[in-house]
Amino acid sequence: MALLALKAQLTAFVQSMFDEGLLDGQFIQIQALQDETNPNFIAEVITSFCNDAERIITELNKYMTQQNVDFSKLESCVHQLKGSSSSIGAHRLKLACADLQQAFDEKNKGGCLKALNIITREYCILGGKFETLIQLEKSILAIKSNQQQQGSYHIAKST
Amino acid sequence: MSIAADSKFHVLAVDDSLIDRKLIERLLKISSFQVTTVDSGSKALEFLGLHEDDQSNPEKPSVSPNNHQEVEVNLIITDYCMPGMSGYDLLKKIKESSSLRNIPVVIMSSENVPSRITRCLQEGAEEFFLKPVQLSDLNRLKPHMMKTKVKTQNQESNEIQLVEKSEIQSQLQQQQPQSPLSPTPPQQQQPPNNNKRKAMEEGLSPDRTRPRYNDITTVV
Repeated sequence: MALLALKAQLTAFVQSMFDEGLLDGQFIQIQALQDETNPNFIAEVITSFCNDAERIITELNKYMTQQNVDFSKLESCVHQLKGSSSSIGAHRLKLACADLQQAFDEKNKGGCLKALNIITREYCILGGKFETLIQLEKSILAIKSNQQQQGSYHIAKST
Repeated sequence: MSIAADSKFHVLAVDDSLIDRKLIERLLKISSFQVTTVDSGSKALEFLGLHEDDQSNPEKPSVSPNNHQEVEVNLIITDYCMPGMSGYDLLKKIKESSSLRNIPVVIMSSENVPSRITRCLQEGAEEFFLKPVQLSDLNRLKPHMMKTKVKTQNQESNEIQLVEKSEIQSQLQQQQPQSPLSPTPPQQQQPPNNNKRKAMEEGLSPDRTRPRYNDITTVV
């Protein structure tokens, strides 16, 4: 019972993220890669993504506020972040990265700062939601493995 | 190299992004490939048994026999944009190496730049995948790997045929020193073991475009 409820909750939660444009079709591909042999895949990938994203956004903010802005470093950073966002299906974050890239191309420092603020904000929103998502995944997994254990206990008992 | 049927193809995936490595590894495993992932072009070359510094010394072979890779790699899939050695640089190095150039290489990139794609294909890449890579993209990989396996096995069976022939010749010479080698098909001889016999029979088959082992076609 609890399992079904949790699964429904997770489905609805992910759907809301799609509706808000936070996630796109690529996330569905990632969900499809999780199965009984890799029950933790989604949580793992999201965690890797968040670690990466936090590191990059911190660097971006650092480089941007320096006296002499190193644009090539910034460009390489945002390229990485855009790539990761694309791979995980983080739709709005990916678009925000594209905006920052555009501001670089225009050598528009004001535009860069603005775009970076949006990236930071978007990541905050996404990161929070991802945390909830991971918690739901973990709870589901915990119940499933509990059920499996109980199942084998019943089998052992009946023999 | 043994010709025992090894039904899983081995793919070496190269990408500096951890997330992308996780993804490609999972995609490849689901497609029933054996996978090794590395995070740079230089690590890829190391794994393949090719040392960069060897190439600068003209007297030393680029792959010394002792460094020959123990694990066979059937395909290399690499990201284009990587710090240090790019996917394109890696592709070039592989194609320049006599021992590695037959391994099919696939390039992945998040950017759809036609000139980049053309450049890679001209340099010898088999395919260019746009990231994020999908499961359906990986279905295009098997034909390239099977082509190479057939080529390698053709070479191997040719070598085995030559060895067999000379063994049979020497056997015959021992039995009948005067008579020339009669052109009887090998099935009428008694080949030492079944594997070699199978290779020889297939070697004689006029149709060499058939995959060599049935196991391969069951890999989905």
